[in-house]
Amino acid sequence: MEFKTFVFYFLAMTLIYAAARVVTLRNPVHAALHLVLAFFSASGVWMLLEAEFLAVALVFVYVGSVAVLFLFVVMMFDVGADHLREGFRKNLPVAALVASLMLIEMGCTLWLRFSTSAERALPHAGAGYSNVKVVGRLLFTQYAYPFELASVVLLTGVVAAVALTLRGRRAGRSANPSEQTLVNPRDRIRVVEMRLDRPGAENDLKGGE
Amino acid sequence: MTLAEIRFVLPDFRLAGAEIFLLFMICVILIVELFVAKKGSETARKTAHALAQLALAGSAALICTANASGVALRTFSNTFVSDPIADVLKLAIILAVSLSFLYSSAKLPGRAALAKAEFYALTLVATLGMMVIVSAGSFMTLYLGVELLSLPVYALVALDRDSASATEAGMKYFVLGALASGLLLYGISMIYGATGSLDAVTVAGRLFSPRGNRIVAAFGVVFLVAGIAFKLGAAPFHMWVPDVYQGAPTPVTLLVASAPKIALFGFAVRALPGALAALSQDWQAMLLVISATSIAVGNVAAIAQTNVKRMLAYSSIAHTGFVLLGLSVGVVDGSAANMINAYSASLFYVLVYALSSLGAFGILLLLPGSEGEGDISALAGLGARNPLLAAALATLMFSMAGIPFLAGFFAKFSVLVAVVAAGSVWLAVFAVFFSLVGVFYYLRVVRYLYFDSAAPFGHAANIEAPAFLKALAAANALAVALLGVFPNALMAVCVYALSRSIFM
Repeated sequence: MEFKTFVFYFLAMTLIYAAARVVTLRNPVHAALHLVLAFFSASGVWMLLEAEFLAVALVFVYVGSVAVLFLFVVMMFDVGADHLREGFRKNLPVAALVASLMLIEMGCTLWLRFSTSAERALPHAGAGYSNVKVVGRLLFTQYAYPFELASVVLLTGVVAAVALTLRGRRAGRSANPSEQTLVNPRDRIRVVEMRLDRPGAENDLKGGE
Repeated sequence: MTLAEIRFVLPDFRLAGAEIFLLFMICVILIVELFVAKKGSETARKTAHALAQLALAGSAALICTANASGVALRTFSNTFVSDPIADVLKLAIILAVSLSFLYSSAKLPGRAALAKAEFYALTLVATLGMMVIVSAGSFMTLYLGVELLSLPVYALVALDRDSASATEAGMKYFVLGALASGLLLYGISMIYGATGSLDAVTVAGRLFSPRGNRIVAAFGVVFLVAGIAFKLGAAPFHMWVPDVYQGAPTPVTLLVASAPKIALFGFAVRALPGALAALSQDWQAMLLVISATSIAVGNVAAIAQTNVKRMLAYSSIAHTGFVLLGLSVGVVDGSAANMINAYSASLFYVLVYALSSLGAFGILLLLPGSEGEGDISALAGLGARNPLLAAALATLMFSMAGIPFLAGFFAKFSVLVAVVAAGSVWLAVFAVFFSLVGVFYYLRVVRYLYFDSAAPFGHAANIEAPAFLKALAAANALAVALLGVFPNALMAVCVYALSRSIFM
């Protein structure tokens, strides 16, 4: 076995293990960390395919920002994932059956198709070949329209997030000294005479609260 | 590196003029909102509404002038197609969105959560997404269009965040919609793996060539069709439809129930007969099962509903079934002779359905107070309270039920003719049987309108709504009635658009 093949299998198995743990772990923080591991292994696979730019972009964008954001969210809100697992045990047998059937069918189809085709050697690029240049060129020529659309999707995300969360400007908690000095004691407290010897006074007290 | 060196062909921006103008106007609406009047005031909403209508009108004008040649033109490295079918679908989408804005102006002023510029901006982004879908020349743009349509709609459903049912519906829609997007992407990646291209024309060509990897592509088709069915809300991928229709605020339901159906019909036409014609055996069989299930499930489940919005949701599942039924009988034994007939019947159906569903939800919006939230008792005695609206709603219900000489009848009839022409008589019988089952719940609405008294429910004696909106609802119902008597003009447009388009 060539060393490259060994590296590929190692990365692929790590990827599958990590991805499986993301959905099976109980602790959301651990799940997010396994997601990071999955991203790393995927970027390793891309590195093997000599797509260095994409590999680095995956690490920068997904590990560097998206996964960290996940971790922030998970840590800041106490995400109790337990209610999501209600019925997990009940539905597991049927789900497992359907999933394994699909997996076997997919495996058979794809195996039959691709096992016979000989492994094609990757077109080997010269030393002066720049990944970034090629991706950039494609992005701004052939894929200019989809690229612009993706930017509109991001704009929509921003607008939707603001529309869903902004509740107007909230008054700050700082005190305003000039208003404080102008306050009149009579606005703040009012002394009311309460006679407790009157019958039914206890009810008045309760109702007055 | 110079422009010449990277061989950059300047795209023909004029063809995409409508999309560019719409995007520009979306930005204008968002910016103007910052400066005009007080945020959340009625003036601000009216300004946004006027700008939104202007944006739609401008886009419609640009669509009409951009490519009048009647020939399919491709630009942006073939990712954008301008052909008659795209133009027809885009105009229909714009009309539907414009009508839904008008109808929703009846209810928006009372609802602070919805009456803001974001409502209009997000709806316009969804419109842009729909326009991108129907003129997509590659799977990449198809997918991006779907995302551009879905994302703002998720937000719109949940926009009234103080309503528990709306946020729950939004969440459900978001999760299932993301799953559907995943299915679509998985299918597209399989097709890319099989053909090495995302471009619709190239994919079609490679699949027809003897070296085409049909099995893997068929595999992708499975996921693609499931994704489309999910987004369209066809059974067995329909679980989200009733909850979203009922949970969403009615102005948003109005939107979800009309224009996206037209756009997703465009998606199906672009992706299936367009790019995957070589695999028509596979996807036609899948569509056949999906449409038969939808017609059965939609019509039977709608019977049990007491909420009009939920009932119309199930009815939309059944109607989606009819639309897909037309798409599933285009190619018979390798011959495409039935194609134009079947697809134009489907197109006619989806246009008529969008129009009737706009009218029906629009009339719900005109009902006072919380009656528009869909409890069927809100309709009780409407015949006495407002004869015009009641007659309009009754017409729409009769049309949806497929009572003869209304548009819904002709739409069902033309789909069934195509089905029979394809030799599947039993399928036509099946569809007719379940349509008859469906007549029950449409007639129940009519019973509430005319034979129940409003008194036990304490409804106001008359309906307070702007006169022009009542007139609009009546005109909408009248259009549905007239399309049933004179369907030829619209049908001719459908046939023309389909026969002159890129995938034929």
